[in-house]
Amino acid sequence: MTNNIVEIDNLSFGYKTRMLHKGINMSFPRGKVVAIMGGSGSGKTTLLRLIGGQLRPTKGEVRVTGKVVHQQNRSGLYDLRRKMGMLFQRGALFSDLCVFDNVAFPIREHTDLPLSMIHDLVLMKLNAVGLRGAHKMMPAELSGGMARRVALARAVALDPDIIMYDEPFAGLDPISMSVICDLIRTLNDTLGATSIIVTHDVEETFSFADYVYFVANGVVAAEGTPDDLRNSDLPFVHQFVHGEKDGPVPFHYPAPDYRAELMGYKA
Amino acid sequence: MIDRLWRLGSGMRLFMLIIVSSGESFRRLHLTIREIYFTGVLSMQIILVSGFFVGMVLALQMFYVLRQFGSPDYTGVVLALSIIRELGPVVTALLFAGRAGTAITAEIGLMKANEELSAMEMMAVSPIARVVAPRFWAGVISMPILAVMFSMVGILGGYLVAVPMLGVDDGAFWSQMQAQVDFRFDILNSVIKSLVFGVACTMIALFEGFDAPPTAEGVSYATTRTVVTSSLAILGLDFILTSLMLTV
Repeated sequence: MTNNIVEIDNLSFGYKTRMLHKGINMSFPRGKVVAIMGGSGSGKTTLLRLIGGQLRPTKGEVRVTGKVVHQQNRSGLYDLRRKMGMLFQRGALFSDLCVFDNVAFPIREHTDLPLSMIHDLVLMKLNAVGLRGAHKMMPAELSGGMARRVALARAVALDPDIIMYDEPFAGLDPISMSVICDLIRTLNDTLGATSIIVTHDVEETFSFADYVYFVANGVVAAEGTPDDLRNSDLPFVHQFVHGEKDGPVPFHYPAPDYRAELMGYKA
Repeated sequence: MIDRLWRLGSGMRLFMLIIVSSGESFRRLHLTIREIYFTGVLSMQIILVSGFFVGMVLALQMFYVLRQFGSPDYTGVVLALSIIRELGPVVTALLFAGRAGTAITAEIGLMKANEELSAMEMMAVSPIARVVAPRFWAGVISMPILAVMFSMVGILGGYLVAVPMLGVDDGAFWSQMQAQVDFRFDILNSVIKSLVFGVACTMIALFEGFDAPPTAEGVSYATTRTVVTSSLAILGLDFILTSLMLTV
């Protein structure tokens, strides 16, 4: 039996006007923290949606625990999703529920546990992300970093096998970023889960990820451990890792000749 | 045209999904009860106040017209029939679309924009069963009750104008009404109308919210569409239903 809990095999996906992915292959071994990196609009979040079965591939397949995601019926898909937890980019907390009820939501929906046990479980999850004291607050009262941590507590409420993170560091201050980095690694190792992180924050991700995939132009442009990629000679990886302004990814969006456009302007 | 047909088909699909998911939704009845509070109970203020004023204005108008024909005692009957047969269900539905329909569309549209519905899907919880179906049944249950309340308060408002203010005979006002208003033909048909309006208004509000582009502009546009489409649907359906009820 393969040690990979998620496998992406020759996956292609696109919308009417353009193909986003053109034959992507990836594997996510159990117990590891794997990052998917790439520029904005490279289809990283779409990959998470394909793994979660919210989108259907045009070609190829995604397998989760050996089962092809897009071939599952509704109950099969929901069975797979019960093994997954997902942290959305903006948290996606339910705005009409307090912090406690947000974390309790998946437990109440999927278990018949007594109220006292739900109470204890929720406080344990909130304590793990350092927000037990905020359990009565409403989402509107939380800072961006706190909302992300509550969403993380909700994502791991049912102790999932796979935890997916969509841009977990976006818009966070350095302290919150460091807290989230630490939590991702700790929760992964404590729960024995597999983490898939979609991000473009190089330094933070390289500090704790086990393996990294770079996606560009619809394919896997590079892959390896953070050390491999830091020392990579590939022009795209070099530009991305060192944050260079120009390179294989040009600074300018394709446009007509600059001089001709300026000279040809008529008011 | 193709876009409209596509939307109509999507709306029908959503309706079927709601019906299929209703069993799951009814097992957690507290969700529907909570929505009845938000759509029904919180709409009572505007419905009752409007009903009261509509009844008073109608009584005034009817009294002066009927007096020209020497029949001011018929004010009560005309008032009751107008309100029960037409104004009760129609005005209630129009007010409901403006008050509760827009709230439903905006709430679901914002939940979609905030990725709350996607989060629910990823937690293996069906947003149709958890969010949409309870709101649908809350709307369908609330509408006839609100329409009946509108009619009752409207008749009371008309009575206060016709009898104490304009001097219509108290006994004639009520006895003529009792003699002329038929339970099956007038009251039951009125309830049927408001049930149909309840299904239409709530479905339109839910679909517009569910179909709204996840942006501020998208939600704003969807909310406007809810009011316009619901109002046109109510008036169109009213004509069809009235024709059927009067001819069949």
